[in-house]
Parts: sequence; C-alpha cells; structure tokens
Amino acid sequence: MARSSAHIAALIAASLAFACAASADELASYKIVGDGIPEPLTGSPGDAARGRALVLARTTTCILCHSGPFPETRFQGDLAPDLTGAGNRWTASQLRLRLVDASRFNPQTIMPSYYRADGLVRVGRNFAGKPILSAAEIEDIVAFLATLRD
Amino acid sequence: MIFWRAIAAATLFATAPALLAGEIPPDARRSGYAFMGPDTRAMQDDDTTNPGMLFVLDGEALWGKKTGSANKACADCHGDARSSMKGVAAHYPAFDKASGRPVTLDQRVNLCRANHQQATPLPYESRDLLALSAFVAHQSRGVAITAADDPELKPFIEQGRDLFMQREGQLNLACTNCHDDNFDKRLAGAPITQGQPTGYPLYRLEWQTLGSLERRLRSCMSGVRAQAYDYGSPELVALELYLMSRARGLPMETPAVRP
Ligand code: HEC
Ligand code: HEC
Repeated sequence: MARSSAHIAALIAASLAFACAASADELASYKIVGDGIPEPLTGSPGDAARGRALVLARTTTCILCHSGPFPETRFQGDLAPDLTGAGNRWTASQLRLRLVDASRFNPQTIMPSYYRADGLVRVGRNFAGKPILSAAEIEDIVAFLATLRD
Repeated sequence: MIFWRAIAAATLFATAPALLAGEIPPDARRSGYAFMGPDTRAMQDDDTTNPGMLFVLDGEALWGKKTGSANKACADCHGDARSSMKGVAAHYPAFDKASGRPVTLDQRVNLCRANHQQATPLPYESRDLLALSAFVAHQSRGVAITAADDPELKPFIEQGRDLFMQREGQLNLACTNCHDDNFDKRLAGAPITQGQPTGYPLYRLEWQTLGSLERRLRSCMSGVRAQAYDYGSPELVALELYLMSRARGLPMETPAVRP
C-alpha cells in the first residue's frame, strides 16, 4: 500500500512536470477566426510531401480511421470520411482548425484534437502534457490536405 | 406457445438490466468469433489445432497437483472440475463476501491458494495462473454468460459502465466509441468487434501466447495512449464485470483464438 501510493505520487509529480513544460513552451499560441485558423502555427507554410508521409505514418494515427488516395497501403480505416478531395471541401484555414481541435466542428467527434495538451483524462506517462503532433507536423499535413483536389 | 413466449418475454424484461442509449441489445450481441476469417475460426474450433488447449491441459495437471503448506490440490476440495466447475466462469467476476467486492476468476484462484492451500499467489499473466483459469473457464465452454445478476454487484457494474463510456488518453477515445458505435468498421484495415469477453483467457496470434481479458483491456488503453490500470485494480475488475454483464447470454468459448 505504502509502496503503491509512493508510486502514484511519483507518477502525478512526473505528469505535472511534463504538463508545465508543455503549456509553457510546447504549444504555440494561435488565433481562431470564424471557423478556421488563418495563420500557420509556425509562421510559415508546411511541406506537402512531408505531410503526405506523415498522414501515412501509423504514429500520426490518421489512417487508423481515414482512407484516402494512398494506393500503396491496404491498411486504411473506415471510421471517418475518405480524405480524397478534402482540399476542395475545406480551406487551409479550416483544415488547420480541424487538426488542432476537431471538436470545434462537431463536439461529439471521435477525431482527436492533435494540438491540445490539457483537459484530457489519464494520458499515458510518455504522452502526458504533449500534443499528438507538433506545430510543424500540423503545417505539413495541412499543406498536403490542401493539395487533395479532385 | 404464444402464452409461453409472452411469459418468457415478460421475465426477460423484468430481469434484464435496462439498456442505455448506444448499448447493444441482447439479440444483436456477437462474439469476436463472428468477425474472424475462416482460418482463425477453424483453428479455434478444432481442439487439436487450438493452441489454447495446451494451456488447458497444463491447467488440468495443476488442478490435480498438491501444493502449498496445506499440501492440498484444487481437486481435493472441488473434485472433478468437469461437474464442479461447469458454468462457474460464466458468472465471474463474482461478489466476494469477505472483501465486499467483485473478484475475477484469476483472483479467486489466488484466494483459494492463499486460504486453502497456503500457497503464494501466482503472478498475473504467469503461465500457471493462465493455465488454471483456462482449465476452469473451459468447463463453461458453450454455457451462456450469466455474470452480474447478484444485486450486490450493482454499484461495481455502474463503475465499469462509467469507465467504458469515459474518454481517456491522448487520443481521447472511450471504449464505447469503438465497441458500441463502430463495430463492423475497420481500424487501419482490421475489423473492430463489439469487444465481447467470451473467450478469455484466449490465444492471440499477435501475442503468440494465451492472455487474460485484463491484458487485452490494458492494450486497448495503451492504444488510446492512456495510462493503463494495474492488473487486478478495482477499475479493471469493474470493467470486466461490466463487459460480462454486456455479454449476458453469449456462450463462453474459452480458450478462444483471436487474430
Ligand atoms: C479516431 C478517428 C479519427 C482519426 C484518428 C482522425 N480522424 Fe479525421 N475525422 C474523423 C471523423 C469521424 C470525421 C468526420 C467529421 C467529424 O465527425 O468530426 C473526420 C473528419 C476529417 C476531415 C474532414 C473530412 C471531410 O472531407 O469532410 C479531415 C480533413 C480530417 N478528418 C483529417 C484528419 C487527419 C489529417 C488526421 C490525422 C492527423 C485525422 N483526420 C485523424 C475521425 C478521425
Ligand atoms: C480506437 C479503438 C478502440 C478503443 C477506444 C478500445 N478498443 Fe478494444 N479493441 C480494439 C481493437 C481494434 C481490438 C482488436 C479487434 C477486436 O476484437 O475488436 C479490440 C479488442 C477488444 C477486446 C477483445 C475482444 C475479443 O473478441 O477478444 C475487448 C474485450 C476490448 N477491446 C475492450 C475494450 C475496452 C474495455 C476499452 C476501453 C478501456 C476498449 N476496448 C477501447 C479497438 C479499440
């Protein structure tokens, strides 16, 4: 019992340390205008080729749920709309807000907020206090999605 | 005929716990078995190819082996498991009067070791504990799940349901988001099932070994990048209990095989 509460205390301390670091310097501030974030989170536009590779990487989690124009992989999800044509349906500003916090479009959405580090429950030790993606990764993905035009 | 059906329906309504929005009605419940391909089904169905049966055989040997400072075997108290253990696993986790809490089959095995065999507890996921639980649960193969009917379990089932509905982890997803709302869909190409607990402990091809329901739940938690609860924690036991209540009526399959 004593051992496990010491353990829990250590855990809480560790996650608090992470949380402070993150809110202090990991998350760039951004401004929502209408239904989007018009300015890049990093101050400069991303790289679409890197964005494509990121969307396909398992660790970014996009194709766990989505499919898209990715003939090279069979492992695509169908819990979410196909990303083909996303660049026709949405502006870069809307895509950026969707990635940062999809719950702005649909409060019940299952799509994770990729640029958020608070208000979450029991985040794993290795992930606590960090957003799922960095600002630069989000910009690369936004740049790629904007190229998805039919 | 119609008369009997009316009575059956009435008793069903009277005893079945009320379903909340989004929960799967009894006639729509399907085991993970129903989502598998023909090869994996064939492996589960044939005892000579089902790798879980090796653990069941180990469990049978342990059942008859004297152990602990009491020098007693499970069989010394319970006799032939084929009759004494039939249907037992189908109503676990069960309420334990001594502790005032539900205990899992794994925990019951260790309580018997401590209290009746005066033996040390077997660690979670150890081969011997999995083998004993598989052997006991195997005696319920084909028996409909009846867990969770004890009124004293009610608050624990509710705790489990709350945990099932609670979003968690960096990906901010709840069990219900996948296993109530999205079964039959595909996560990165792999089918999502209803997350039914019918086959545990079971052989997972991905694990290359037998594993407990708690191991499975912990991997779903890590999957959403949440801090998984410890083995045997009240939260995992409550989730197990809720899953068994949610699977009421489905037949037990231990040892199942899953991809
Ligand atoms: C757990 C599931 C899930 C994950 C992971 C996920 N999404 Fe989504 N996404 C959805 C769902 C569901 C929708 C539909 C709208 C809604 O419910 O918010 C959606 C909508 C979208 C849309 C708008 C689709 C359209 O054309 O209408 C885009 C673009 C998008 N997601 C991109 C992404 C990208 C890029 C990633 C990874 C960085 C990602 N999503 C990860 C579930 C997910
Ligand atoms: C992002 C989706 C997702 C979430 C959230 C999730 N799971 Fe799962 N779960 C899966 C997948 C995929 C599998 C493996 C295939 C299958 O059996 O569905 C699985 C398997 C299972 C199984 C095994 C079913 C069998 O037939 O053996 C159980 C039980 C289960 N999950 C329960 C839970 C519980 C309880 C939670 C919440 C703590 C949870 N899951 C959260 C995706 C998820």
